[in-house]
Amino acid sequence: MPDPQQINRHTIAVLVDNEAGVLARVIGLFSGRGYNIESLTVAEVDPKQKLSRITVVTSGTAMIIEQIKAQLERLVPVHRVRDLTKEGAAVERELALVKVAGIGDKRVESLRIADIFRARAIDSTNESFVFEISGATDKLDAFIRLMEPLGLVDVSRTGVVAISRGGSTL
Amino acid sequence: MTKRLNGSEIVLKALVDQGVDVIFGYPGGAVLPLYDALFKQNAVRHVLVRQEGGAVHMAEGYARSTGKVGVVLVTSGPGATNAVTGLTDALMDSVPLVCLTGQVPTHLIGNDAFQEADTTGITRPCTKHNYLVRDVNDLARVMHEAFYVARSGRPGPVVVDLPKDILFAEGPYTGPEKLEHKTYRPKVKGDARAIERAVELIAGAKRPLFYCGGGLVNSGPRASELLTRFVRMTGAPITLTLMGLGTYPASDKQFLGMVGMHGMYESNMAMHDCDVMINIGARFDDRVTGKLSAFAPNSKKIHVDIDPSSINKNVVVDAPVVGDAANVLEEMIRVWKERKYAIDVKALDAWWKQIEGWRARNCLSFKNSDTIIKPQYAIRRLYEATMGKDVYITTEVGQHQMWAAQFFRFEQPNRWMTSGGLGTMGYGLPAAIGVQMAHPKSLVIDVAGEASFLMNIQELSTAVQYRLPVKAFIVNNQYMGMVRQWQELLHGGRYAESYTASLPDFVKLAEAYGLTGLRATKPSEVDGVIEKMISTPGPVIADIVVDQTENCFPMIPSGAAHNEMILGPEEKKGQPVSEEGMVLV
Repeated sequence: MPDPQQINRHTIAVLVDNEAGVLARVIGLFSGRGYNIESLTVAEVDPKQKLSRITVVTSGTAMIIEQIKAQLERLVPVHRVRDLTKEGAAVERELALVKVAGIGDKRVESLRIADIFRARAIDSTNESFVFEISGATDKLDAFIRLMEPLGLVDVSRTGVVAISRGGSTL
Repeated sequence: MTKRLNGSEIVLKALVDQGVDVIFGYPGGAVLPLYDALFKQNAVRHVLVRQEGGAVHMAEGYARSTGKVGVVLVTSGPGATNAVTGLTDALMDSVPLVCLTGQVPTHLIGNDAFQEADTTGITRPCTKHNYLVRDVNDLARVMHEAFYVARSGRPGPVVVDLPKDILFAEGPYTGPEKLEHKTYRPKVKGDARAIERAVELIAGAKRPLFYCGGGLVNSGPRASELLTRFVRMTGAPITLTLMGLGTYPASDKQFLGMVGMHGMYESNMAMHDCDVMINIGARFDDRVTGKLSAFAPNSKKIHVDIDPSSINKNVVVDAPVVGDAANVLEEMIRVWKERKYAIDVKALDAWWKQIEGWRARNCLSFKNSDTIIKPQYAIRRLYEATMGKDVYITTEVGQHQMWAAQFFRFEQPNRWMTSGGLGTMGYGLPAAIGVQMAHPKSLVIDVAGEASFLMNIQELSTAVQYRLPVKAFIVNNQYMGMVRQWQELLHGGRYAESYTASLPDFVKLAEAYGLTGLRATKPSEVDGVIEKMISTPGPVIADIVVDQTENCFPMIPSGAAHNEMILGPEEKKGQPVSEEGMVLV
């Protein structure tokens, strides 16, 4: 039997009406009840029906994760809630823009590592690059860690977006 | 073609179409157009309160005693912020309310305009849902949706924020019949398999216990009837939460009394020792469970609740059923009959014998006095004087509330109005006014403490204006009694700020407001004052001057388990409260 006190990371997808205050409701729910938010992304996904999709990465015991789902479902503008981690395979991606400033060997090395990670330089000056990298969260973490000694000055990350594998929909 | 009305007319027409006959409110700049529309009609009565907080509690009293949605109308800014406590109270106790708040005109929103507050922002965590109407074309739909959301599923308060320009603008009116909510469709019918599993568990029980709560009140009187029928079919004992009192007839021998921190000894002991717990419409509140790790340790738990988020929130249960109490009970009875279930007679007999043993401890006994009025005595005599009458009881919050819950025995739901979840001092008087508005001919009594009573005392003026004969029965010990009790038990008797010096003379105060004031200072005067209070046709304050040092027992000390109840003052010594318990409040 799994340990009930075990804390796990879960990615939850929420389909909501794209109306004023809906994001505040979701965030307020997490802060008000003391749930953890590791990342949160939101954008409209169906302009015709005015639906937005929120992806929240959170962590907690199995009981807390169930609570989070039930509490989200209780919000009036919420259409559907799915625990993508629990309900089988899902793909997760995150995008980061990473600025590295430097000259000489470090600059060359940053380009070389970017190449290995399939990051693209989308802006460059004589003493800086902006790399665009996408992938799983730990890949981005690894890339950023490697850039640190090479002149990392700024990072902007989107947070995780996720979708289930196979033909099923939210 | 749909008729075009201005915003205020749309709001009023929606209220009428929703069956609203009375609203509680207070005017101000932002809602002047609505008040103008109110002035021109007779379908909806308006009760002018003295502070907006009072309006919300009145609407709560109205709603809880009728099962209808209570309606509040307040202005922007301070009007809305004053309503926040009542909204939170209604959210905690699942009371259906629609609160209309004025707002500055849309073009001024966000400009720090006069009497502007971010009402939807402030009330988001203390409402079930809220709306800011930015387009008059949405107004009729939003109004009907607000009522639908407030009363459906687990009921709660809904705020509709109305900018002043929207109230002037013209728009279409559509009736409530066209409403179908896009997303909010709570599940009322319980899953058949889940119900069968629950009933099987009950049938196999040796020491069953029903533990039921406010969800049965919200489900309607039919739920109480079905519960009574089912409990009698099983022969099992039943205990009720503070919010559930009245949903099972207290005179029935299967009823053990209230459960929880100040509940009956037999209820709490039965909770601890039961082997199958049947929770219907209660939410495992911390005042009920006590120490979670020692909560009913050897029981299988069934939990029927309309709100899926209540299930497995505090206590992991074995057989959850999501659905409306009445619906689920009906199915449970059907399955029980169909399968000809019966609980093992021998086991049930033994269980009842054990319970009778706990009952024999007579946990509500107290040492009475000839010279000083014991608060328990006053409340017991009040109950005895009102027994069998058409009576509604409201309370404030504190010792008197717990004593009222212990000594009053309710035969029907909707007769007991108290602030359970939030514990709002100042609830009882306005709630009584709201109840009296709905039941003008009934006897409505606010069992109060003097400290709570002062918190919304301004509403006495409302009672007088509308000739509402509410009775305030003040159990006056000059202390915030429950605070004093905890300071005695947990903080070495250091009574920091729990004594109120310079209390008003409540008899003179009653007269100043235009009520009748009565006082009892000796036990021999109590019955006379109660009789006079009841027979006086108008509103009354009865100031009952009681023992200042009395504590409310029985009691589960915080952080303790159900079987560690303290029965009386002689037991409390030598039982230090754990550090964990101190923190628990």
